Amino acid sequence: MNERDESEDTGDGESSEESAHELRISKIRNGTVIDHIAGGHAPDVLAILGIDSATDEVVSVGMNVPSDRLGYKDVVKIEGRELSQDEVEVISLVAPAASINIIREYDVIEKNRVERPSTVEGVLSCPNRNCITTADEPVATRFEVLDDGVRCLYCGTIIRRRLTDHIDV
Amino acid sequence: MTHDHVISAKSLSRADIETVLDRAAEIDRSPPDRDRHADDLLALCFFEPSTRTHMSFETAIKRLGGDALDMGPVESSSATKGESLADTVRVVEGYADALVLRHPSEGAAQMASEFVDIPLINAGDGAGQHPTQTLLDLYTMREAAGDLADLTVGIMGDLKYGRTVHSLAYALTKFDARQHFVSPESLSLPRSVRYDLHESGARLKEHTDLDAVIEELDVLYVTRIQRERFPDENEYRQIAGEYRIDAATLEDAREECVVMHPLPRVDEIAPDVDATQHAHYFEQAHNAVPVRMALLDLLLSEDDR
Ligand SMILES: [Zn+2]
Repeated sequence: MNERDESEDTGDGESSEESAHELRISKIRNGTVIDHIAGGHAPDVLAILGIDSATDEVVSVGMNVPSDRLGYKDVVKIEGRELSQDEVEVISLVAPAASINIIREYDVIEKNRVERPSTVEGVLSCPNRNCITTADEPVATRFEVLDDGVRCLYCGTIIRRRLTDHIDV
Repeated sequence: MTHDHVISAKSLSRADIETVLDRAAEIDRSPPDRDRHADDLLALCFFEPSTRTHMSFETAIKRLGGDALDMGPVESSSATKGESLADTVRVVEGYADALVLRHPSEGAAQMASEFVDIPLINAGDGAGQHPTQTLLDLYTMREAAGDLADLTVGIMGDLKYGRTVHSLAYALTKFDARQHFVSPESLSLPRSVRYDLHESGARLKEHTDLDAVIEELDVLYVTRIQRERFPDENEYRQIAGEYRIDAATLEDAREECVVMHPLPRVDEIAPDVDATQHAHYFEQAHNAVPVRMALLDLLLSEDDR
């Protein structure tokens, strides 16, 4: 199954008509495709992955692509990078319907829907400047996932909005 | 006790709390043998000064027959050479049977507890938790009111930064108390604390004026409004003045209403309250010793079971 086929044959309710429109985004050889991001949220996913103007990875972004399931969806394709579990878990918070496809030699070798975890580790930083996780200690941040935000498991601070303002870079 | 570490009042169950309070009452009635914990050493790691908490832990372990190992003032500790807290507690773990930690950063005790196997007691982490203060507060309420069930408690003062207040509120929720929070708007409960309390089904109301609730209260818990919370001296004076009580304020209170304060007080409770039957804050301060003895006794006896 190549990457083109994968978007036609997702078995999750997307029509082949949609994928015909989707070809606007180029294929990648090795790397990751993050599909079914709710329309407009690709920049959040990029922020979580630390992709900005200084990035030298080949990244393609499709925004507001028509989708049966989501109405409009965003797609992010990154050449030469496979995501860590921690990154995938934080992505699930801003793109709960996303699927993560790992591509090798143009083939989808693994395809996973993101799942909302009960906690996320690393990636986010605690906005409380007096939190022990912001000191020079050998611990990663850990946040409990709430219905409408996350809470620092060390100091209790809750982040409700704009999670992507709190990416640990 | 189901927990080896005592990090927050939130993480103590009602049964845990009752176990500690029952043991404290036993200790109050008949002090344990002076050699009960003769071989036990308690490390006191205070990264910020807190003389009373320090003294009461030291008294508690010594009255149990054990001894205290003091890290000393933070200026002379390895932390000034840039050692991490995680390293410090791992070193101290090798010296002692239990560790008391006071630290200026929120979450410090939780983090430190992840690096040690000996029981770690949080004696205050920044604006975070201070569970042993809560235990002695609850013990004082229980001794004064007879029972923690069905209490109506008013908590007044700095509810935003006052960590004793947050710990106490979590614990009172486990006893299904009615809680009235009285504070200026700018010092009301932080969002995360309010969220937690609602999540755990707390019966709470917030007020800006004590008059609205004083008649209902079984307990009035007063905390200090600190000067440094206000940018402006005049604003501080005006607001702090509205949250002061004196004997006249308490004329509207129930006869058995118990007035508490974590001390030190400045002028939020007028001296004329001291002579009334309401004043329980010195008893509260004294209760620090039997309650910390009870906690240490339970934690240090766990290995023997
Ligand atoms: Zn934090």
